Amino acid sequence: MKNSIWIYLLVMSAVSFIIRVLPVTLIRRQIKNRFIRSLLYYLPYATLAVMTFPAILSISENPLCGAAAFAASVITAWFTKNLFLSALFGCAAAFLAAILL
Amino acid sequence: MKNKNQLSPFLKGLRDGLPIGAGYFAVAFGLGIAAHKAGMSPIQGFVMSFFNHASAGEYAGVAAIRNGAAYLETALLILIANARYLLMSTALSQKLSPDLSFFHRVLIGFDITDELFGISIAYPGFLDPFYMYGAFLTTTPLWATGTFIGITAGNILPDIVVKSLSAAIYGMFLAVIIPPCRTSRNITIVVLVSFALSWLMSVIPAAAAISEGFRIIILTLVISSLAAVFMPLSEEAEEELP
Repeated sequence: MKNSIWIYLLVMSAVSFIIRVLPVTLIRRQIKNRFIRSLLYYLPYATLAVMTFPAILSISENPLCGAAAFAASVITAWFTKNLFLSALFGCAAAFLAAILL
Repeated sequence: MKNKNQLSPFLKGLRDGLPIGAGYFAVAFGLGIAAHKAGMSPIQGFVMSFFNHASAGEYAGVAAIRNGAAYLETALLILIANARYLLMSTALSQKLSPDLSFFHRVLIGFDITDELFGISIAYPGFLDPFYMYGAFLTTTPLWATGTFIGITAGNILPDIVVKSLSAAIYGMFLAVIIPPCRTSRNITIVVLVSFALSWLMSVIPAAAAISEGFRIIILTLVISSLAAVFMPLSEEAEEELP
């Protein structure tokens, strides 16, 4: 049987809600453990990097489109630090690669 | 007499949220394109974004839906992708008056995003819950509407444009992880190792057989644990938040 999208949304929303609400309602003092703090510090970078590559190569049948988008976004992010521009130039590079290749 | 400094916390929140909301709208559009690929309807995208309001978390959820992942796997994925909110929620607990009611604490916790966390930590003194509610109202509805419109656009735009636009979400992720690499050697190492191992696991047949969701969970936990062991934060840097 195919899973229902609505149930997925319920699961996602419930977990997101619990993560956000539990600490602020229960914990009244700061986490002191150095390992936990370091882990929580590095976690977003590892997750986002893992989710980005090599998944970006699959945006089109030709992996070069994704590779072009990756290069353009990395360069734009490095120099501008701008979320919107990084996304925009990534899309533009993917589009150009799709037309030219 | 009223001047700018005497705006009620609620109005101040609305005002400070607006530029953030404009950015959210554009980001959510890209997320909508990804959600469209997973077969979601615009309404489903709106509901997802309103209740989750987290770019990485929602993208992870969309990937799970696209792959037909198990519900438990999806829950774990969301937990990992959104784990930083545990830390932000903990930090925010220090910014609240000890007398603040449970109800307000729940609502404030629900409102947390990277950006709202940023402006609420900068709020002078104890955080006024109504400041947070104002900021929430000019950000999350725009985030949800952007997702709705992104999915709609995915349904009507030509294939080549939709494929190109699906690069947007990755562009945003890169805009979060690349700039800190300019100043932090440790983050650079984490990002490069993540790229490399993620690619390796997608080409080694035994590893590629593991679902995408579990690959993300395993890699994230292993890489950040190793980073925490071998490159622990110094006392000063512990104040810094991702």
